[in-house]
Amino acid sequence: MQQEPLRLTTGSATRPPVFTLQRPDSDHLVVALAGSWTLHAHPPVPADLLAALDGTVHRLGFACDGLEHWDTRLLIFLATVIKTAGQRHIDVDRAGLPPGVRRLLTLSEAVPEQVTYSPPGRDFLPTRIGRCVLALIGQSREVAAFTGEILLALLALLAGKKPFKPQDFLYFVQNCGVGSLPIVSLIAVLVGVILSFVGAVQLQMFGAQIYVANLVGLGMVLEMGALMSGVIIAGRIGASYAAQLGTMQVNEEIDALRTMGISPVGFLVLPRILALMLMLPLLCVYADIMGILGGSVIGVAMLDLSLVEYLEQTRKTIQLYQFGQGILKASVFGVLIGFAGCLRGMQCGRSALAVGEATTSAVVTSIVLIVVSDSFITYLLYR
Amino acid sequence: MTPPAPAIVVKGLTMAYGSFVLQRDLDFTINRGDIFVIMGGSGCGKSTLLRHMIGLKQPASGSVWYGEADFWALDEDERAAIIRRAGVLYQSGALWSSMTLAENVALPLQHYTELAPEVIDELVAFKLSLVGLAGFETFYPSELSGGMRKRAALARAIALDPDFLFFDEPSAGLDPISARNLDQLILELRESLGATVVIVTHELASIYAIATNSVFLDSEAKTMLATGDPKTLLQECTDPTVLNFLTRGTGQREVRTV
Repeated sequence: MQQEPLRLTTGSATRPPVFTLQRPDSDHLVVALAGSWTLHAHPPVPADLLAALDGTVHRLGFACDGLEHWDTRLLIFLATVIKTAGQRHIDVDRAGLPPGVRRLLTLSEAVPEQVTYSPPGRDFLPTRIGRCVLALIGQSREVAAFTGEILLALLALLAGKKPFKPQDFLYFVQNCGVGSLPIVSLIAVLVGVILSFVGAVQLQMFGAQIYVANLVGLGMVLEMGALMSGVIIAGRIGASYAAQLGTMQVNEEIDALRTMGISPVGFLVLPRILALMLMLPLLCVYADIMGILGGSVIGVAMLDLSLVEYLEQTRKTIQLYQFGQGILKASVFGVLIGFAGCLRGMQCGRSALAVGEATTSAVVTSIVLIVVSDSFITYLLYR
Repeated sequence: MTPPAPAIVVKGLTMAYGSFVLQRDLDFTINRGDIFVIMGGSGCGKSTLLRHMIGLKQPASGSVWYGEADFWALDEDERAAIIRRAGVLYQSGALWSSMTLAENVALPLQHYTELAPEVIDELVAFKLSLVGLAGFETFYPSELSGGMRKRAALARAIALDPDFLFFDEPSAGLDPISARNLDQLILELRESLGATVVIVTHELASIYAIATNSVFLDSEAKTMLATGDPKTLLQECTDPTVLNFLTRGTGQREVRTV
């Protein structure tokens, strides 16, 4: 039995891969392969050989006496040659090839799996627009259905049923409340400092430094407290909700809940949205206070105001109902962030890529919703 | 016949997660060209043993030898050079979901060879045709069935013509026919490529069908109870736990291939 050349991929190639053509008979072509045909060598292209397969050749054979090492590099060379020979109705005799090569070639020619689905190609513009519109309609339906499910779950809760575990709810409250305090403190203080700094430069020109307190106080309470804590929570919590629910979708955990007759919206979504609705207003109040303190630092350090003076001015400026406006906005933001995060998570596809997309989309949707609803509420209140 | 050359030798290996010892004193040899099966009940550390062999987890003590090289005593670059000669098929395929099948198979080729893109395309098409997935180049893993995904992952594992092939539960989640076809494919590739194959499995059908050597891990004894050809073990092993496993609890010493 002929010894099969030892296959080696560690690549101490000894001789370069070459082939020579022999014509034992007028209609018989033999390809003699020699050297190391490996991935790391640079084998010749089969162009000459394909050109030699003209009308005069009726039989094609191989000789591998000089062949040292081989791997898939040789196989793709042979596959090209054999395919071309087949197209030109030339008989191919594979007996001269090493047994391993013969077997792998046979394996690669086995009937492949049927392609039953073709990935969508490029469409004409009207088709694409049509698809977009249909997708949009489908999306609005999903949003409406999701809203409905949340309301039903809420009704069930009000009717005294327990659609979710109280511990879950408390965990979410803790996570988005206490867990967010450090980052909210940092951002709110800095926003207070920035507002105060910007105002101070202008107001100093009129000698009206004391009104920095008004600017910072009103700015924080009416707008920035709610807005900044909303943005932070959208990034910190909204994104994590989308990722959690998305991963559960990938692992079929949500399907498991459905088949047990447990509403995934009631069990997973409702406690998350309620936790945000409860905690975001509290975070907003906290951010207001932190921002005012941040502003007072600049007031005391740069504008020679006393701390008492500054705080007293702030107290005189802000009315209780103005606090209420910020808190109202924050609760709306909380619901929207929870809604967007959970919606994207529940819509998630079943792959790692889809989870990433759901997370990004949750944050973007949340922030867009926050800003749009903020302007809407502000318009309604000051009409 | 030349005597079999040891390809991978495990010496006195102890595996642990923190202070929890999973398995201790594992000693066995995998010869070049073997189809070596790591078998045992669920949770006995089969997959963890595999992770020790492919460089994903460091042993608590003991060593893994690739030929003359003490794997875990090498520095990171030298370890990577050894692992580059190995192809791994993970339990769930672990295809990169953001890439098409062609891109999945092409990545190792692009990374470790300096082949021209056209050649890589040809290689990819050939590897996919070897596993019966010719024409599926532009598909994403999520568009395939479980068995097709396994085979695509196999195409990726053999992309670099590895000397060692590692399989973690290759037949998990496959129907009996797909599982048997995958076994045949593994056998065929081993025959043709001359690779050494290490398989983690508890599928008795495929153990008897393809294994030439094996090690049996037990979670209660926390060590290996037997090593050798499973068909020989079935006839000669006296350890009740091993026998119970190999006979599927019936105690009858006859090979039943499905």
